[in-house]
Amino acid sequence: MARFVVRRLAFMIFLLAIVSIATFLLFSVLPVDPASLSCGQHCTPEKIAANRIRLGYDQPLINQYFTFMKGIFAGRSYGEGAQAFSCPAPSFGYSYYRGQCVTEMITNALPATISLTIGSAIIWLTMGIGLGVISAMNKGKIQDRVSTGLAIFGLSMPTFFIGLLLIYVFIIWLQIFPFPSYTHFLDNPFKWAQALVLPWFTVAIVSAALYTRLTRDGMLETMSEDYVRLAIAKGLPRRKVLVRYVLRGAITPIVTIAGLDIAVLLGGAIITESVFGLPGMGRLALNSVTDSDLPVIVGITLITAFFVVVANALVDILYASLDPRVRLES
Amino acid sequence: MSLDSSLAIEGKSPAQLAWIRFKKDKVAIVALVFSTIIVTLALFAPWVCALLKIDPYSLDNTTLDSVGIPNSPFGGMSRAHPLGVEPGTGRDILARLIYGARTSLTVALIATFFTTLLGVILGIWAGYKRGIVDGIIGRTIDLLLAFPSLLLIISLAPVMQPRLVSMGFPEGNPARMTYIILILTLFGWTYIARVMRGQALSLREREFVAAAQASGAKTSYMIFKEILPNLWAPIIVYASLTVPGYIAIEATFSFLGLGVVAPTASWGGMLADSIRYFRSDPAYLFIPGTALFLLVLAFNLVGDGLRDALDPKGERAQKV
Repeated sequence: MARFVVRRLAFMIFLLAIVSIATFLLFSVLPVDPASLSCGQHCTPEKIAANRIRLGYDQPLINQYFTFMKGIFAGRSYGEGAQAFSCPAPSFGYSYYRGQCVTEMITNALPATISLTIGSAIIWLTMGIGLGVISAMNKGKIQDRVSTGLAIFGLSMPTFFIGLLLIYVFIIWLQIFPFPSYTHFLDNPFKWAQALVLPWFTVAIVSAALYTRLTRDGMLETMSEDYVRLAIAKGLPRRKVLVRYVLRGAITPIVTIAGLDIAVLLGGAIITESVFGLPGMGRLALNSVTDSDLPVIVGITLITAFFVVVANALVDILYASLDPRVRLES
Repeated sequence: MSLDSSLAIEGKSPAQLAWIRFKKDKVAIVALVFSTIIVTLALFAPWVCALLKIDPYSLDNTTLDSVGIPNSPFGGMSRAHPLGVEPGTGRDILARLIYGARTSLTVALIATFFTTLLGVILGIWAGYKRGIVDGIIGRTIDLLLAFPSLLLIISLAPVMQPRLVSMGFPEGNPARMTYIILILTLFGWTYIARVMRGQALSLREREFVAAAQASGAKTSYMIFKEILPNLWAPIIVYASLTVPGYIAIEATFSFLGLGVVAPTASWGGMLADSIRYFRSDPAYLFIPGTALFLLVLAFNLVGDGLRDALDPKGERAQKV
């Protein structure tokens, strides 16, 4: 087991290095000059050149990459003398467009995104797995038809359309909610939840549909395993067979996918956040694209990739500790 | 019934068997008819619109009031405009939906074709060859899955579209559609590749593969002539389930302003516009939205029907 963990973590670090290089190369094709963006109204070519040197964009790409990576671990300072300033570690660069360290902008956007992710994950896992279990236990009956019907309904609704529909129905038509304005949880938990209920469901409906299918198919497949047949044959109560044997066997792949989905969401739900105007990572990303704010785009891409790669590794390790076959295979 | 007729066994190909199973699924048949109708309407859009005397571009001020809101109920539905008119411009919604379906289906079908092609070839290659090929393809998939694809697609669009134009693609909407198709293929092939890899891993241990190898078949022959023919069923199922996803994604891109641009019609573009008319003309949200939902739903149901018809394994699970 220890060997597996070490190997998996080594691969994780390797993948993170590759991801960071790929991101750097990819975005170096963008014809955006962060030095001129930062210059303001009274700009002269000399100022741009000075800025470029201050930001390090005059260096060859490979040097820029290493300075950037060093900044993540050791922090980074810009400029010299009276104009010097620094972004403490972990530094993902500096946005001249906003005059802020990228890390600071991301930290400001994270609470909204984390709130959205946790809330919607709870809803979609409960709804999705619940409907899936009901469906598998009553295969072919009316409960199964309703659940699978709901699932395909949810799968066929594009996220932005669900968002618009919920806004129309609950905010404009029924006026149950005011138009969402995000409030920090610690400032006012009630307003926080009020602003997030609709976005939670927007994200959850699509995902729940997928989990209903996964749970149903997984359980039906597990039901045809020999050990389940044995459990039935030795006369265990139906409930016990379903929970202890079938659901347990079917839940592992669901946990794997849930881990990844949550990691991806932590990188920001671009559509949901922009439809509802939530000040999270997704909206920050979209705004940065509009503003051509390159350092922020690079920062968010790397953070999201980091979440996904780490979640992937953790899930693999968890999986291996639960199921010895995985360890032996690789 | 006489004895021999009940014993006479008629030979049926797997495709025939699948079609017989598919036909029993009434929901799937309805969905198939519906999607065929939409595809036909989109294919013959100019003729259909001429026949219905509607036009996606002509502005019709007579249907709007002084602030640009349709002046009759339900978004201005009338005999001249069966699904109403766009607020602000008075363009016919039905005609714009039909032309929008053209864009949407073109992107979705071409992207599905390339996604499947790339995924099938790379997946079978990885599973059949194993070793270093498998390693490289597997790590590439890991890498692609780690990237926030939507963010990359959005942020690279302003750069890549001019590059496509400089490579000879016509400027404007064709270049925008090509970009979407390329990027969907780039990020989309990984799923089907993993399915194909798994299938190829088990097929390569079979006798017929060993026999072909023993008679000196080359890798390309093994992939296309020996392994691929055994995998048509999952390929058809996954391809058919990719289409609805891509229709939804295309609409999402045009909703975000990355798809085709006006005056060309797009479903996502209409929905993005509808936000401004939420209070005054909700029909403008509901009609294109419902159309989009129904089309995606229909393709999903056809895909599900195909999966059940081509993969009867699901029936064998025992009852608990």
